[in-house]
Formats: sequence, structure tokens, C-alpha cells
Amino acid sequence: MRAFAALYARLDATTSSNAKLAALQDYFAEAAPEDAAWAVFFLAGGRPRQLVPSRTLRELAMQAAQLPAWLFEESYSAVGDLAETIALLLPAAEQSSELGLAQWLEERLLPLRGLPPEELAERLPSFWRELDSLALMVCIKLITGAFRVGVSRLLVTRALANLAELDPKRVAQRLVGYTELSHRPSAERYLQLIAPESAGEHAQRGGQPYPFFLAHALQLPPEQFDSALGPVQDWQAEWKWDGIRVQLVKRDGQLWIWSRGEELITERFPDLHGLVDTLADGTVIDGELVVWRHGPADEDVQGALLNAPPVAEASAVQGIQPFALLQQRIGRKTLSRKLLDEVPVAVMAYDLLEWQGEDYRSQPQHHRRTGLQALVAACASPRLLLSPLLIADSWAALAAQREASRALGVEGMMLKAREAQYGVGRTKDVGVWWKWKVEPFSVDAVLLYAQRGHGRRASLYTDFTFAVWDAPPGTPGRSLVPFAKAYSGLTDAEMRQVDAIVRKTTLEKFGPVRSLTPSLVFELGFEGIALSKRHKSGIAVRFPRMLRWRQDKTVEEADTLAMLQAMLP
Amino acid sequence: MDLVIARPEGLYCPPGDFYIDPWRPVERAVITHGHGDHARWGSQHYLAAAPGEGILRSRLGAEINLQTLAYGERINHHDVTLSLHPAGHVLGSAQVRLEYRGEVWVASGDYKVEPDATCAPFESVRCHTFITESTFGLPIYRWQPQAQIFAGVDDWWRQNQAAGRASVLFCYAFGKAQRLLQGIDASIGPILVHGAMEPLNQVYRDAGVALPDTLRVSEVPKGDPRLRQGLIMAPPSAGGSTWMRRFGDYSDAFASGWMLLRGARRRRGVDRGFVLSDHADWPGLNWAIAECGAERVFVTHGSVNILVRHLREQGLDAQAFDTEYGDEDDSAEAPTDATQEPA
Ligand SMILES: [Zn+2]
Ligand SMILES: [Zn+2]
Repeated sequence: MRAFAALYARLDATTSSNAKLAALQDYFAEAAPEDAAWAVFFLAGGRPRQLVPSRTLRELAMQAAQLPAWLFEESYSAVGDLAETIALLLPAAEQSSELGLAQWLEERLLPLRGLPPEELAERLPSFWRELDSLALMVCIKLITGAFRVGVSRLLVTRALANLAELDPKRVAQRLVGYTELSHRPSAERYLQLIAPESAGEHAQRGGQPYPFFLAHALQLPPEQFDSALGPVQDWQAEWKWDGIRVQLVKRDGQLWIWSRGEELITERFPDLHGLVDTLADGTVIDGELVVWRHGPADEDVQGALLNAPPVAEASAVQGIQPFALLQQRIGRKTLSRKLLDEVPVAVMAYDLLEWQGEDYRSQPQHHRRTGLQALVAACASPRLLLSPLLIADSWAALAAQREASRALGVEGMMLKAREAQYGVGRTKDVGVWWKWKVEPFSVDAVLLYAQRGHGRRASLYTDFTFAVWDAPPGTPGRSLVPFAKAYSGLTDAEMRQVDAIVRKTTLEKFGPVRSLTPSLVFELGFEGIALSKRHKSGIAVRFPRMLRWRQDKTVEEADTLAMLQAMLP
Repeated sequence: MDLVIARPEGLYCPPGDFYIDPWRPVERAVITHGHGDHARWGSQHYLAAAPGEGILRSRLGAEINLQTLAYGERINHHDVTLSLHPAGHVLGSAQVRLEYRGEVWVASGDYKVEPDATCAPFESVRCHTFITESTFGLPIYRWQPQAQIFAGVDDWWRQNQAAGRASVLFCYAFGKAQRLLQGIDASIGPILVHGAMEPLNQVYRDAGVALPDTLRVSEVPKGDPRLRQGLIMAPPSAGGSTWMRRFGDYSDAFASGWMLLRGARRRRGVDRGFVLSDHADWPGLNWAIAECGAERVFVTHGSVNILVRHLREQGLDAQAFDTEYGDEDDSAEAPTDATQEPA
């Protein structure tokens, strides 16, 4: 535990990727394989379920620190992080436990799950007494499942690859599924991660997907595309679908569906299980899982998609439904027949990663596309659609097509180099995928409530609730209706200024939240908008964020609910 | 009768007709210490502890009308007996003891209970009513012994030196800088200071505080190896300015009590945070309040409401004083309240 806590401190203290990489390599070089196995699990984003209810944890911490509840809560509110708060409040141990990470987890922490409160009250404080302040904080983060330390999976992959002198892509492949809850980390699994490449590696894959190739945001005006990207003919353009990125893996007579978070989601989409019969063994498809409503003209849609209409004809994408529907479906524990009928899904296929058992990723994009087209056509399933190519003879023409994005329910376009391979994660060494998103919706909204941030921003008011007017200017007695929460998009300097104003304009405090005398207007951007019964405003916006502070606008000049309603699809 | 009340100009002593650390110009001001939020310009007469004279004259002007008292020396003004006692915060910092018709009040100004070699150590003064600050008035604030912090700075400096990197240490120019200078191991290498710091170092030296030799950064030519081997001390405002360019590859750190929290360290955006404060931590505040024997406590700047509630739960008669302290020129800090304080 001590070595892992020290690693945490090193990673936490720097923003430099090289320094983090060095810290990771130093740790893995020294760590026992069973400890390293767990370290990889947490660093690569694995989260065991919460081992102890937060309430119990707080109560035990208050007792151990001999503090009344209100003083504990005030401390928490100032720190913003439960584990850090507890570590600061408890008496520090003289020296930290020598026991390794694996032993801590397997013998002490994991067995805590489901224990009655009396038993927890017995065990936890005695564990805490063995840890110094830093190790205690890390330990509590492991218990609450809130362990996060600015390290990407890619960086962990690189550290292990450097250590084992392997191709990072190979390590990434082995790491797929590693953070699944059903597989407990072990020395054996860790040693497999860093083992020399074996001849039979290909055969051991089972249902494993490939690491997803991730897109980068393209933020250039279209006039600069020619010089930055070259001619439009070198690129494959498609819509950027608004769904869940998935890989469909069909091997050994079985179908697996993996989400981009490398979570296995096969069970949640029984409506796709029929594909097991239509896809050949040794097939891996990359695409977007979307809600798709089939109309009477379905055959035509398939035809139109394959023929890649030169202009974004509405029919080509008419079946796609708002992401909010998909979210509803993901939120349900049980999938009723009715829900499956009302919210049917399909996969919009856009890449072919494995074909007839052969890893296809080093084939050029256009070649993979040809294979994909043949495959989707042969499959002839309404659940597997082909993401159409968008053809234009100039970037300007493509930009004109992109204008239709919002009307079509897509987020913009994807640009993929025709000759590029399928890469790993965010790498750019064998090719690039660009996401060329449309501008989000925006409104000018009034800041109504503020809440303290967490972590890095724990002592600033950075989490805001915004409102719009329920009637046009001049209407007597009109009021502000809250409709969105947002917390990013300001510079540090602006954040401090806003923070100071929040404190000065506070009307009331409710715990960490302050209600404010309306005085500030912000331009709020968001990606989507839908009707919602759960919100007082009757609408819900997706991915709201603060675009800029409208210091030029008075509260009276902020937008109205009617303007939001007009944006509804 | 209340010997101190809050008025729009500052904390006021009605029987003595004078103010303590007023934030507006007044006729008579007793000053606890030279930080900008406590010692303000424009009053007619100032009274302060003798060791702080140099600081006050350098900050408020050499020509101010200033009377000084040795620590413990008593004077009488309108039947109020006044004396000043060490607060252990910075050079010349004092608690103000007021006695009138058998009633004793002590106003702490800012204080720190761990002794250090740059100023007279905090002296507990018995009183009926104590006016305390509350900058770090939360139980999360518990300081490590300063020797450990200095050792941490030394290690960081040595490591940077070994890697051929400059070590830039940001800290508040009055108090914290001198305490660091006094505490670190000056044999490691040259110590260079930002121009804004050296005048205060000189005031400390003139007052008899032993500080290691320092060089002004501007005295060292560009490319001089001392820039890479040295410890460079600068006020926080120098961070991110063009002044920093001359150091090439450097590691930076910030020394302040606020650095205890990861969030605060992150916001600072420095490589290292050293938790060194010139204020009492939570145990220190509670110790000082218990030790003075007061039954009534007034709490000023910091976590006012929290400390008041806590003291009431301990059975004391505690109340808040609304003051304008804690708004120092170190504006980059955003602690748990809107108030800002060199810490
Ligand atoms: Zn001060
Ligand atoms: Zn102060």
C-alpha cells in the first residue's frame, strides 16, 4: 500500500506525461506482480463496486476523529473530496503498513462488502490506524470506488510496453477487458500482460474486441482544410452519429457487444442477438449503436445508404432517434417487450476490423470500407445498417452538406483518411480520424444557483444552475425557470471573478448550494435538447457548458423558455 | 462594559477612544502587525510594538506619526491600560491587551503558536475576553512541525540542483519569506530573491534577525550557473510573468498553509506545495483560546461561523466580529471564504 500511495502522490503532483510515465515505470519495475496487477486495474480505470456505504464511512470517520457531524460536513465542504477529508481529520499513524496492495485489497478491503455496520465499525478503524495520511486517503478512495488520478489507459499501456519491451498495441489488446468486474486481477493475469509475444496469441482472443480508435476534434475553418488535410478526395466522410460507440465481435459461434468504455453490453441489447446468425465467424465491426425506427420504406433506405447519396437526403437518416431515447433505455434495469418495441436499436456500421478471422486493421480505410459494404449487404439485417459515405468534390461542398447535421439528428461529420490504418486509442501514428462537429445550440441564460466544485475546484463556486425567462421582456411578474446545470468553460481568472460575485450576491445558503440575486448572464452551449417531464422547465438539454460570460448583457436581456422550445426537434 | 466593539472604521475601544487595526483612516490606531489588511495608511497616530517599527515605516511611510512600545510595557490612555504582547506571527506582531476597571480584553491580530526564529514567540495572556482570528479554523488544518517542512524544501532544492534546474519558491514577501530564509539550509547553494523581497529582508536584518546572504536576481547575469543551482524566492505575483523566463528549465513551488489541500495545490499549478503557515492551525487556535482563560470570545476573519459554533459547543460565550481583515494583496488565493490572507 505504501508504494502504491507513493505512486499516487507522484502522479498527482505533476501534469507532465513524461513525469507520469516515469513514475509508472518506476512503480511497475519494483512492484510484486500481484500488487502490480491491482495497480493496473485501478490506473486503467477499473472500479470495483463501492465496498462500504458512504454514510457508514462518514460515521466511522467522525467517531475516529471525534468530531460532531456538522464540523465534519464543513470540513468536507471545504476539501471537496471525502477521502482527502477523512485523511486530514483522522489522527495520522506513525508509520504506514508494509502490506502490499494486493493483500490490502484481497484480505482486507474486498471482504468488507456487505458486512453489517457493527462489523465495519470493528475493522475499518483498525485498518486506518495502520496508514499514514497519504496511504489513508488512497485506501479510502479504493473503498469508495472514487480512485482517479489523471492517468490515461494509453499511458499505462505505454509504461507496461516499455517495461516489457512490447509493442504498445499488443499490450493495449491484452488490456482489453482487464478492468471488467468479473475478472479479478491476479499475478498471473498481470504476467500475461507483460509476457513476451506468443505465437498462439491470435487464437486466444475469444470475444475480445480491439482497442477502439478514437477521433480528434477538428477545429479549423473549412477554407484551411485543403492546406491542412489535402484534397477532399483523399478522405472518407460520414455522419457523426449520436449514439453509443460499439464493436460487434462474432467468433466461435458467439456474439459479443462491447462499448467504448470496454464494457461488455451484450445482455442489454437482446434485439441485436439475431446478428449471431447472420454474421460469419471471425468478424469484428466498429460502429455506433443508435435508436432506429424503421419506416415502411426500409428496403429503400438500405438501397439509398448503399448507393451513398451525394446529398444528405433526409430519407437516409430518417430512422435515427434522439439520444435521449437511448439514454432512457440504458437507464432501465429490466427490458420489457414494450420498451424493446418502442425503442428499437440498430448498429450503424462504419468499419471492419476483422474479416474471416483476419485482423483487418492494417488495411487502408477504403479497403476496409469495401469489405464492410459487402458484409452488410450480405447480412441483410435491419439491425445492421451501413453508415453512408458523403461525397463532395470540394471541402466547401462538404461543409454545405454538414449544415444539415442538426436537422438530421447527427453531431456533424467524421473525416477518415482513405489510406490510413485503424489505430489504437488516440494515437495518430498510422492515421487520423477527425470529428468535425457542428456548433452546439446556445442560449443566454441567467446564473441562479451556485455550488462548490469538487477536487481541484473544491473551494470555488464552479457548479452552476442556469435559468431562462418564462415570458418575453416587459411581461409583468415574469420569472426565471432553471433548466440546466453546467460547470466548465471559464478561464481560471474568470472563475475567480465569478466566485467573488457569487459570494457577494448570495441570497440564501442551503448546504453547499447558494441561491443568488440574478446578476450574471452566460452564453450556454449544449449538444441536444428534448422534452422532459422530470424538469420543471419541461425540457432537458444535453452536455450543457458555459461558452462565455456575457458581461455585455443584463439579466433582463437573457433568453426565454420559448426560444428553447423552438429548438426542440 | 465592552472594551472593543465593531464600528464601520474598524474595531474600536470606547473608553480609550482608539481603534485596533482600523480599515479606514482614524485619529488613533493601534496596529497589531504590518500585513496590509491590518496596517492601513492614513491614520493620525499609530501605536505598535517596537520590533515592528521598521516594517511599518517601510510600508506606511517613514514619516508616519508612530509611537512604539516594548513587548509588555504598559501605558495608560483615558484610564485604559494598554500593553502589547508577542503574537508569533511576523516580526513585530502583537496581541493588544486592554484593561479597564478590572476587565481584561486581548485582541490577537494574527497569531501562530509554534515559535520560530524570525520573531518573538506567541505569549499567552490571561484575559476575560479574547478576540481571535480564524484563518485556518477547520479541523482539517493541522500543521506538521516546521523543521519537516524546511527539510522538504531542502530536499526539493537539492534534487533540482542535481538535475540542473532552478528552484523557484513562491511565497509571501513579508514574514513567510524571512521564515523560509531562516529555516532552510543555506549551504546547499546560492539564494536569489526577487527585487520586491529584498527590502523586507533588510528590515529583518536591521532588527537583528539572522538571515543568510541573498542576491537580487537582477544582479545575476543571464546564463549565470547560479540561476540553475540557486533557490529563487519570489512573490506569487511573479509567477507566469516574463520575469520567469530567465530561469529556463525550472521547478516551482509555493509555500502557504493553503497548500495542505490538493485542490489548492492544483489551482496554483506549481510542481510542489509546501504547507507552511504563519497562522495557528486548528489545534493551535483551540489551545490559545483555552490557555488565555477567556469566557467570552470574539472571532474575526477566516472560518468565523465555524469557530464560533465550535466554541459555543465547548461552553464558551462566542460571537462573530465582522471585519475587513484577510483581504491581502496576494489575490491569487481563494481559500474557503471570500477573504484572502497571507497565510
Ligand atoms: Zn497577518
Ligand atoms: Zn489577518
